[in-house]
Amino acid sequence: MPKIDTADGPVWQRRRTSKQRLIWFGWLIAVAIAAYAWHLISEKTIWFFVWDAPQQMVDISRRMVPPAWSYMDVLWKPIWDTLNIATIGSMISMAIAIPVAFAAAHNTTPHKLVRAFALLIIVATRSINSLVWALLLVVIVGPGVLAGTLAIGIRSIGGCAKLLYESIEEINQTQVEAIEATGASPAQKMIYGVLPQVLPTFAGVGVFRWDVNVRGSTILGIVGAGGIGVQLNGSINTLAWTQVSMILLVILVAVILSEWISAKVRHAII
Amino acid sequence: MLRLENVLKRYKTGDVALKNVSLEIPDGQVIALIGPSGAGKSTLIRCVNRLVEPTEGKIYLGDTELTTLPPRELRKARRRMGMIFQEYALVERLTVMENVLSGRLGYVGFWQSFFRKFPKKDVQEAYRLLDRVGLMHMADKRADELSGGQRQRVGICRALIQDPDLLLVDEPTASLDPKTSRQIMRLINELCDERGLAAIINIHDVLLAQMYSQRVVGLKEGEIVYDGPPDGLKPDVLTEIYGEEDWEATIEDVDEDEEEASSK
Repeated sequence: MPKIDTADGPVWQRRRTSKQRLIWFGWLIAVAIAAYAWHLISEKTIWFFVWDAPQQMVDISRRMVPPAWSYMDVLWKPIWDTLNIATIGSMISMAIAIPVAFAAAHNTTPHKLVRAFALLIIVATRSINSLVWALLLVVIVGPGVLAGTLAIGIRSIGGCAKLLYESIEEINQTQVEAIEATGASPAQKMIYGVLPQVLPTFAGVGVFRWDVNVRGSTILGIVGAGGIGVQLNGSINTLAWTQVSMILLVILVAVILSEWISAKVRHAII
Repeated sequence: MLRLENVLKRYKTGDVALKNVSLEIPDGQVIALIGPSGAGKSTLIRCVNRLVEPTEGKIYLGDTELTTLPPRELRKARRRMGMIFQEYALVERLTVMENVLSGRLGYVGFWQSFFRKFPKKDVQEAYRLLDRVGLMHMADKRADELSGGQRQRVGICRALIQDPDLLLVDEPTASLDPKTSRQIMRLINELCDERGLAAIINIHDVLLAQMYSQRVVGLKEGEIVYDGPPDGLKPDVLTEIYGEEDWEATIEDVDEDEEEASSK
């Protein structure tokens, strides 16, 4: 940091004056770009619709109340399906993610190439949204709960495996060394040295992912992959707004419930 | 008997941690390995059980040449060398009993160890050892519930249950208070005596080294600069090992056992 000697002793400032000017100039450019972008967006916006928005919102809200309480009779089955999609999907993804994570962590991977392949699986499954997976799977296995479950399962592999392998890489290596020093085999090293250290994280990741998946699986029905999204899509298309509000309410309750459960479970483990 | 012949270790970074170290340790001898941080003490004992692979040289345990052993044979050889660590290195989420029994992993199969079905003989030996170090009542506690001194005693049990010929001890007292340090050092000493074990003990504390060993080896920048009896550590020797300092206060005549008798 620059120290400037003056007549009354040294003065200190955070940056050199020239560097400080450069930074201000950078800000100026950023603001200019933002202003230009705003201009472009504004040109392509039909402002009439935007000014109209509050009125439309009030209108839709009015049509949504009261929710169609009796519609609940129809919703029990789809919300149950949704929860099952999330639960079984999460199980599938954890079952695949655990071996992938061990292959991806640099301290447990058997070989560099295996690690590269595992990382590829992680990136590939994560980068495609579950809706897109569902679209593909509806074509492959047909519409319904199975497509949704597989979509959630595949989509979650990467997310789970990433968290898992990071936790594997953070373990205390001397504990593993100590096990190795007893003459333990590589497999024994795994179950005595590594597994006890990562098991709590594994359980936490599983529950966290389940919670995420409950939210994710509510939407899958829109592309025909089962669950409550099917009803949501149908109700919106038929402009049955009281049903839509009822469905949103049910989803809200399900999500709150799943978050509460996952928080409780994680609290109990960690 | 353990014999090191011209052992050299060069790390990937290019640092040479050991420069042609030759050392011979007869059966049943307890030696203290002293030297400043970075002298290569840890590297030396890790080369013996090959947690660190020596770059050059040969190491013999009895008639077995350790440096060229294939993995399976190496694991067998490791059973004969118990290791005790500075930070205890217990698996913290396992119980005390599981930690002690993990010393038998080299002897039991995978599924046996997976389901914790250790032979009755091993379990009895584990209880006997825990009793010997005064931790019988802690057997079912989780390792992270124990104090430092207690953990180190569990570490000692884990090493001893291997039924080794040799103990490799890496800074056993560095994380302990002075009193516990002495208790642990005395315990290691007694146990080596009872079982006729040889031991290499890495240790910072010159006084402890003098009190609890039959022979002291001084290491400096990867080379042995002193090898002799504990009372041969005169100021000029310590200056040779550690560098210039006033050593008179450190090597007060070694009068042992002024502290309270035995462990709690």
